[in-house]
Amino acid sequence: MGFLGISKTVLKNFVTGPVTERYPFVPKNYPAGARGKVDIDIAKCIFCGICQRKCPTAAIVVTKEPKVWEIDRLRCISCNYCVEVCPKKCLALNTKYSPCSAERYKDSFAPEKA
Amino acid sequence: MSERTIIPFGPQHPVLPEPIHLDLVVEDEKVVEAIPSIGFIHRGLERLVEKKDFIDFVYVAERICGICSFIHGLTYCMSIEELMKIDVPERAHYLRTIWSELSRIHSHLLWLGLTADSFGFESMFMQSWRLREYILDIIEETTGGRVIFGSAKIGGVRRDISPEKMAEIIKKLRGYQKDVRALFEELLKDETVKHRMKGVGLLSKEEAKSLGAVGPMLRASGVAQDIRMMGYASYAKIGFEPVVETGGDCFARCQVRARETDASFDMIYRCAEQMKEGSLDVKVTGFPNGEFFARSEQPRGEVIYYAKANGTKFLERMRVRTPTFANIPPLLSTLRGCQLADVPVIILTIDPCISCAER
Repeated sequence: MGFLGISKTVLKNFVTGPVTERYPFVPKNYPAGARGKVDIDIAKCIFCGICQRKCPTAAIVVTKEPKVWEIDRLRCISCNYCVEVCPKKCLALNTKYSPCSAERYKDSFAPEKA
Repeated sequence: MSERTIIPFGPQHPVLPEPIHLDLVVEDEKVVEAIPSIGFIHRGLERLVEKKDFIDFVYVAERICGICSFIHGLTYCMSIEELMKIDVPERAHYLRTIWSELSRIHSHLLWLGLTADSFGFESMFMQSWRLREYILDIIEETTGGRVIFGSAKIGGVRRDISPEKMAEIIKKLRGYQKDVRALFEELLKDETVKHRMKGVGLLSKEEAKSLGAVGPMLRASGVAQDIRMMGYASYAKIGFEPVVETGGDCFARCQVRARETDASFDMIYRCAEQMKEGSLDVKVTGFPNGEFFARSEQPRGEVIYYAKANGTKFLERMRVRTPTFANIPPLLSTLRGCQLADVPVIILTIDPCISCAER
């Protein structure tokens, strides 16, 4: 049956139901190790600025005085390079992606004053 | 002689995922000549090499194409590694091969969907993209990205696949291989598909050679040329046989891609069997100097990376010859004399990737 070849696959599909997920009603489970957004444990950060120098898209800006760590979420390409080079291992990649936005915005982190 | 008319095809056309413009000179329904114009999505990525240092440029190289991203990054790394005389560890070679083949499978499934869609086979399009999704999931689990892998780096790879994970992936892949095989069989056995593709867009062996066709386009015309035969990464160790068909028409190109997809699955299994524990990368010190041509086989054909370095952290010149660019002259040759209704099918069988071609 040269012209009804795909009918088997199509019939199988009727039984198995849709493969698509009803996102955002059903939350998406990202696999471990997925490159989502960069998170920082600001208490551990020493503001050395290596992440800023290594970032290929210049998304990270580190200011020493006052101590602020800033990231432009739309510039960041989640390449994991900053996480690899961080000497204090205070950066980590979250598996969740940063929320979409129509405007550029920066996430700023500053250590709590003692 | 009937009157000649020019019909514009593209840059926006339902079958084209990316913009390319063709002026089709037709006599009645017959195409007499096709005049291409490209340059709609030129981004100047080659020039960017003067501003990004040679380590950061891997990210740019990967973003040249959205489908064969990993192999772009890999070929760039290969060119720099050759310049710097870096010996990449064995395990990294195997992992690179696995990811290359995964990207080939997902690219061929994407192509299958688009081609089926070009002649109105909607359900085939849906089914092949459903299967492609499973492959993308495996890619996301192993590299962290779905389309941009980001796992190749100069001197090795960024991530490892643990033996447990590998066993799990192989088990999944064996299931998917059956589905993919069945899907391609359905395409190749279908009478309507044969009617649309057999004898359409003929490219003879001599023409394919003289016009510089690459990849499945070349191999469908009976030329056994595949850069993987040179044995880069670990292709020499796992044993590689090129897939060749002699038809030279659209149908033969489909057959080549069908058999290649199947072979890719087998190559991943062989890699997983032979892979041994070991280091993933070597430390890169110093700067590249000299010039080198690196070649590798993408899903669409041979890609060439030319890198010229001058001993600083910025490369002096970078040149990429992508497979779609090489396949445009043979495409124009096959379009000559075809029916207007066959134009979308012929264009889709070269598997055009215009972002690649224009960079």
